[in-house]
Amino acid sequence: MKKKDIFTTSAFTQNSVWRQILGICSALAVTNLMLNSLVMGLGVIFTLALSGFTISLIREYIPKRIRMMVQILIIASYVIIVDLFLKAYYPEISKSLGPYVGLIITNCIIMGRAEAFAGKNVPIDSMIDGIGAGVGYTLVLLLIAFVRELFGFGSLFGIPILGDWWTKWSIMVMAPSAFFMLAVLIWIINTPRQRRG
Amino acid sequence: MELNAFIIFFAAIFTSNILLTNFLGMCSFLSVSKEIESSMGLGMAVTFVMTVTSAINYVVYHYVLVPLDIIYLQYIIFIIVIAAFVQLTEMVLERFSPLLYYSLGIFLPLITVNCAILGVSLFMIIRDYSFLQAVAYGAGSGLGWLLAILALAGIRKRIKDKYVPTGLVGAGLSLIITGIMALAFVGFSGIVVIQ
Repeated sequence: MKKKDIFTTSAFTQNSVWRQILGICSALAVTNLMLNSLVMGLGVIFTLALSGFTISLIREYIPKRIRMMVQILIIASYVIIVDLFLKAYYPEISKSLGPYVGLIITNCIIMGRAEAFAGKNVPIDSMIDGIGAGVGYTLVLLLIAFVRELFGFGSLFGIPILGDWWTKWSIMVMAPSAFFMLAVLIWIINTPRQRRG
Repeated sequence: MELNAFIIFFAAIFTSNILLTNFLGMCSFLSVSKEIESSMGLGMAVTFVMTVTSAINYVVYHYVLVPLDIIYLQYIIFIIVIAAFVQLTEMVLERFSPLLYYSLGIFLPLITVNCAILGVSLFMIIRDYSFLQAVAYGAGSGLGWLLAILALAGIRKRIKDKYVPTGLVGAGLSLIITGIMALAFVGFSGIVVIQ
């Protein structure tokens, strides 16, 4: 498979969030603000790319029985790098993301890509696959966050857009709307596909 | 912040439900909730593991990681503790209670990667709970998760044969139901709030 195909497959046609319903914990939790979603997405891209690369590099040497454990430890090491980086340079964002940075470890997308792709392919391809899956995930996050922040706070990336006349929909900032937004997104994406086939 | 452990226990079930307000443990929540019995089994396993690992992680964090000044390793340590505990539970169950092992055993490996378990450990550190508060929070969160997955499994069973738009079948519908449940739980939030 060509490098570009690997990227588009994992980013769009096999997008983890809407095709496989993986990794939605954080997709729901951080999407009340665009900035948080973007930072979270970048963290996931970084972790996915490098953990894919590392796992693929040592895939011949990992004993089958403890495969999961080794993968989790590799992923956790990269998440610690992300966490320390955020704490050092962007303490405010790190604080508002709270435990969700650490929870990248148990994000099913990363384990899923490690199992499905990195364990069977060469390092460079695995890295491209990881970046692709991460970009697809980030796009979904930003899409949901766009609607939630625009209607919930009347702003985008913290910059006021809608002005004073806008009555803020506080439900958009609260938990239930996250479920509804993701459901609607999956609905919209699934509908034409099923009509065609 | 001094909150009664009892209050934290109830708040973790209702007002700050780990699933409906913090969105943790969604993966297994959506995939297992097809049947009431397996939901019950997974829910009980989660409650048990959550309660015990929050206690162990509390001790490990405050008596090992803090004195040695290696807090930055907390993610790795927590996940090892959880994985090791799940493995241990599996072996003990298999040895002493085959019956329980067959009803809960298949769910145990799923739990290691359930983000709610790690989430509870991380939340209790961030919120600076005491030992008793941490255990109450772990138990409450587990029960809250059990409650949510049981409710979803019950509702899904009822509407299994009803007409829904084809694009919504499966995950989309479950998410909408969960959203409505979350709305209902927002109604509890006037009682007590924990951050």
